[in-house]
Amino acid sequence: MKPVKSIGSRTVVLPTRDIDTDQIIAARFLTTTSREGLGENAFFDLRFNKDGTRNEDFVLNRPESEGCGILVAGNNFGCGSSREHAPWALLDYGFEAVISTEIADIFRSNSLKNGLVAIVVDEDTHRWLLENPGAELSIDVETTSITLPDGRSIGFSIDGFSRHCLLEGVDQLGFLRNQMEAIETFEEVRAWKP
Amino acid sequence: MSIPTTLFEKVWADHVVVEETADTPAILYIDLHIIHEVTTPQAFSVLRANGLPVRRPDLTLPTLDHSTPTTPVTTFKDLLVAGEGAANQVRQMEQNCEEFGLDLLGYGSGKRGIVHVIGPELGATQPGKTIVCGDSHSSTHGAFGALAFGIGTTEVGHVLATQCLLQRKPKTLAVNVEGRLPAGVTAKDLILAVIGKMGVDGGTGHVIEYRGDAITALDMEARMTICNMSIEGGARAGMIAPDDTTFAYLEGRPRSPQGAEWDASVSRWRKLRTDSGARFDKSVTLNANDLTPMVTFGTNPGMVVGIDEPVPEGSDPSFRKALDYMQVESGKPMTETSVDVVFVGSCTNGRLSDIEEAARVLEGHKVADHVRMMVVPGSEQVKAEAEAKGLDKVIMAAGAEWREAGCSMCIGMNGDIAQPGQLSVSTSNRNFEGRQGVGARTVLASPATAAASAIAGHVADPRTYS
Repeated sequence: MKPVKSIGSRTVVLPTRDIDTDQIIAARFLTTTSREGLGENAFFDLRFNKDGTRNEDFVLNRPESEGCGILVAGNNFGCGSSREHAPWALLDYGFEAVISTEIADIFRSNSLKNGLVAIVVDEDTHRWLLENPGAELSIDVETTSITLPDGRSIGFSIDGFSRHCLLEGVDQLGFLRNQMEAIETFEEVRAWKP
Repeated sequence: MSIPTTLFEKVWADHVVVEETADTPAILYIDLHIIHEVTTPQAFSVLRANGLPVRRPDLTLPTLDHSTPTTPVTTFKDLLVAGEGAANQVRQMEQNCEEFGLDLLGYGSGKRGIVHVIGPELGATQPGKTIVCGDSHSSTHGAFGALAFGIGTTEVGHVLATQCLLQRKPKTLAVNVEGRLPAGVTAKDLILAVIGKMGVDGGTGHVIEYRGDAITALDMEARMTICNMSIEGGARAGMIAPDDTTFAYLEGRPRSPQGAEWDASVSRWRKLRTDSGARFDKSVTLNANDLTPMVTFGTNPGMVVGIDEPVPEGSDPSFRKALDYMQVESGKPMTETSVDVVFVGSCTNGRLSDIEEAARVLEGHKVADHVRMMVVPGSEQVKAEAEAKGLDKVIMAAGAEWREAGCSMCIGMNGDIAQPGQLSVSTSNRNFEGRQGVGARTVLASPATAAASAIAGHVADPRTYS
């Protein structure tokens, strides 16, 4: 994973609640054995009409959304399936961070392991972000804060270990493998064996 | 005196290799890792790139379910039914298992099936175990008092390489269900009512324990249906304390403990209960006596109504968007909705008792002319058991299709889909937009309600067919 220290970008707003991972990347695009190239299918059924033409009304297809790296979404973003293809698709599409009032557990865990910064904010900040699409934000992972265009700084909470891994680009598999001695001891001394 | 603890806390504590600190999550040992073709190829690539073996092949259970077609497959050529990508994924899984020395329960094994159906039926799912799979419905195994949850592909790689995961300890949520389910009301109706009550994010950050008389009265397959849908309420895991019902189910299964080891296991399992006085971070209470068959009307599993109740009013834009997609109206019951496709199957309701429930309703009736009904067993073993009971004949005599085991129409990636605009009454777990095919509309229901709806040609109350 590449280190992620800070993100500076404009927002794109998807206000719908409970956007599930099937909407982020539909199951029919999961018949791949690679993690590359999923961005072209991100939000596919929202970005394209049933006849295959672009849905020009969909916010991601509007010219002002070009180059926006921060997705502000309605409550409970990323609910549903455990597919890691969802953060892979969002990253490949060009998103670097997702902000909501609630982010589903598995999606959040998967996102942070891939360098997609998943941020939960309070309702007032969320409302402001929903009402101000295109706002230029600066996200600092070191200080876990978002700076709004008027200079206000909003803190957010992120697990200390996830923050460390983002900042340093830590490979968590390497971290686990360094604990192999403890794992082997656990297997030997546990009271029962699976 | 020790502090009273919950079932979850006991299982968690039993698997902590390294305790969590402010700076680092706990290292949690995993007793059973079930893997399938869709969420593992990229994890095997990581092992290969790092020159790592699968550390515990004996604790790894591989099968094929998600992208496998449910038409008869005898050769690789037939796999093309589901498309080249799906066929390639299946071949890749077979190659990965061979390369890493894993015993794949694949074609010809007679044991292939949906990850959450085969774990229990083999007796590999046991009380007190930690069980994970790259699939969010891993919560199913919690029905046995296991701590079981879905993980992403990076974590699949962690477990393959180390048999461990980095985890923060979740909070606890008690779902208390008092009373008893009325006749004609099933576990599926109960869990839909629970999700309707707590919302699709009510369980986020929590592990659920289902408790109360209505839960302990359920058989194991019904308990699996309940725990399966924990994730639809936002909870990664749902658990039920093991009891004599659990032990009777497990006794004599191929991977259950045998002989003296069985007795020792049962006495260990009997201690897996929440102590009196133990505290949960949150609780929800329901009375089963009041429940009716439940159906969803919207585009998430929390948008649910009783079969004879009107679809509620709502002004929230997300609510209106869901009703527009579903083409249903507030104030009208779902029973007026015409049906195109009916699906009985999935890890939620693809077990023998589910197929029996559907067959009981279908017996002596015909599926309506305009309805296509598919019945898909959750595993090759479920298929064989259903056929031994003659259920396949009842199902086919009613005009429904009896297919091969797999995830089928629960997840539109194996060839089984509904067409744009079609309405599907489905015993699966997700009614998300497009889940069963682009533009397809899904109504979640029990196998009995699904079968009744197939006969009636519109969403129907199963109690009129009993």
